[in-house]
Amino acid sequence: MAGAEPLMLEVKNLNKTFDGFQAVSGARLRVEKGQVVAVIGPNGAGKTTLFNLITGQLTPDSGLILFQGEDITGRKPYLVCRKGISRSYQIVNIFHRLTVFENVQIAVLSFQKKSFHWYAAARKMAVAETRAILKSVGLADKADQISGSLSHGDQKVLEIAIALGNKPKLLILDEPTAGMSPEETGLSLTLLRRLCTDHGLTILFCEHDMGMVFSFAHEIMVMQQGQTIVQSTPAEVRRDPRVQAAYLGGTDKCSA
Amino acid sequence: MVDRRYRLAVILSGLVLFFLAAPSFLSRYYLYLIGLILITGLLATSLNMVLGFGGMYQFHHSVFYGVGAYSFALVSMKSGLPPAVGYAAAPVMAALASLIIGLITIRLSKLYFGMLQLSLGSLVWAIVYRWYSFTGGDDGIHGINIPEVIDSTRGVYYFTLVVTIICMYLMFRMVNSPFGRIFQGIRDNPERTEAIGVNVKSHQLVGQIIAGTFAGIAGALFVTVEGSVFPDLMFWTLSLELIIMCLLGGWYVFFGPMLGAAIIVVLRTFVGIYTEYWTLVLGIVLMLLIYFLPQGILGYFQRRPLSEEH
Repeated sequence: MAGAEPLMLEVKNLNKTFDGFQAVSGARLRVEKGQVVAVIGPNGAGKTTLFNLITGQLTPDSGLILFQGEDITGRKPYLVCRKGISRSYQIVNIFHRLTVFENVQIAVLSFQKKSFHWYAAARKMAVAETRAILKSVGLADKADQISGSLSHGDQKVLEIAIALGNKPKLLILDEPTAGMSPEETGLSLTLLRRLCTDHGLTILFCEHDMGMVFSFAHEIMVMQQGQTIVQSTPAEVRRDPRVQAAYLGGTDKCSA
Repeated sequence: MVDRRYRLAVILSGLVLFFLAAPSFLSRYYLYLIGLILITGLLATSLNMVLGFGGMYQFHHSVFYGVGAYSFALVSMKSGLPPAVGYAAAPVMAALASLIIGLITIRLSKLYFGMLQLSLGSLVWAIVYRWYSFTGGDDGIHGINIPEVIDSTRGVYYFTLVVTIICMYLMFRMVNSPFGRIFQGIRDNPERTEAIGVNVKSHQLVGQIIAGTFAGIAGALFVTVEGSVFPDLMFWTLSLELIIMCLLGGWYVFFGPMLGAAIIVVLRTFVGIYTEYWTLVLGIVLMLLIYFLPQGILGYFQRRPLSEEH
C-alpha cells in the first residue's frame, strides 16, 4: 500500500485451465477507484472466465486477486460479494418467479444481513431502498410484474438493479447490453453513466459493442487467448499495433 | 392485492370456525378423518417448505415424520417421563435427524441430493424395521399412552387442530419472511443468490431443519390420534405420496399441500371402500392434473403464490 490508496482491484498473473485448455493465462488488470474499465477481446478470449475468477464462481490455478489491497483470491462468491463486489451476467440470470421488486429486495435484504430473519414480514422490509434502486434504473413502474415476463431489455436492466442491491464498491458487468436493440443500448449507457456520477461507482465491464466501449471506458484492457495484451486509455488502445493484429490480422472475427 | 388477503382471511376463518364447531355435529369417525387430514396436510406443508419454496428435491421427507412419531412413542412407553417430554422430543429428534442427514446430503445438488437422502432415509427405515427389541420392528408399538387431559375423541381432535394451526401459522410467517424470500430466490436461481452475498448451503441446511422439525411434530400428532407407530410411517412410498400431495394442491402456493393432502386422504378413505385399487383413481387424477393444471389446483386459481405478493 505504501501510503497511497490501494487500487480498487488488481489482478496479477492469473491462470485458469479447463481440461488442458488454458482459458486465462497470466492475465493482468488494474482498476482505480472511480474508474470505468472495459475488457475487450475476441470471442473465447477469456473475458467471462476472468470475471468468474474475480467473483469467485471459479477458483484460479494460480495468480493473485487484490480488492482494495486485500487478497480475495479463491474466496467463495458470497464472501466476495460481501466485500463489496457485485456483478451482472451476460445471459440473463434473475429470479424469474419473483416480481421485479422482490428480485432487487432480496439483494438488499442480503446486504442488510437479514437473510435469517424468519418471522418478520418481508413485504415491509427494505422497501425504501428497493424502490430507490428501481427508480434509479427506471423499472419503478414495473415493480409488481413477474420478472420472467419482462422484455429481454428490461431483464438486462434488472440484472444491474439486482447487483446494485448490495451497494457495491465495484460493479462488474458481463456484456450489459448483449442482445439489446440500439435504442435500449443507448438508454443503458445513459443509465450506467448516471450510476457512475450519482453513486461514485467503479465499473469493470466487458462488451462487444465497440461504440459503447470507446465512449464509456476510461481505460480498456485487451485480452487474447487468455492473455492480457495491453491495458491503456481508449486512444492508445486504438493505436496499438498488437490490438490491431488481434482484431484485424488474426483468425478471430471481431464483432464491431 | 389487499382484497386477495381479505379473501384468504375470510376463507381461513370460515374453515377454522367449521373445524372448531365440527365435534358438535360430526361423528367420531369423521373427527378422526379430519384429524388425519390435518396431520397429513401439516406434514405435506412441511415438505413443501423445502420442495416448493426451496426447490430442494426432498425425496424422503417421511423419515422425519417417522423419527418424530417414534421419538414420542419411545419416550412415553420406555422412559417413564411425563408425556410433555415426548412431545418435546419429537421435533427435537426430527430436527437432529434432519441436521445429520442434511450435513451429509447438502453438498450435493438437485437430483443427487434427493437420491442420497432417499438412501440414507431408507437406512433409518431398515434399522427401525429390524430392531425388534427397541422399536418393535415391523410390528411397531401399540397402545401408546397419551396425556389424560386430551385422552378423549374431542380432546385429541382439538389438540390436533390447535397444534396444526399454530404450526401452519409459523410456517406461513416463515415463507413470507426475509428468510422465505431468499429461500425462494435460491429455488429460482442458486448461483445468483450466492452472488448477492447469501451463503446458499447454510440456508438450505436451515431450511431442511425447519422442514424436518415440523414433520416431527406431525409425527407426534399422528401417534396421539392413532395410538400406535409402525415402520410404514417412514417408508419411501409415503414420501412419494407427500410429493404428489404438494403437486396436486400446488407447490408454489402455501395452502396447496394441505388441499392436496385432504384430497388424497379422502380419496383413499372413500374410494378405498369400493376397491383396493384406489391408486388407479389417483393415477388418473394425476395424469389429468399434469396435462391441465401443471401448477396444481390452487396454483391454477392463484396464478402466482400468495406468499410472493406484497
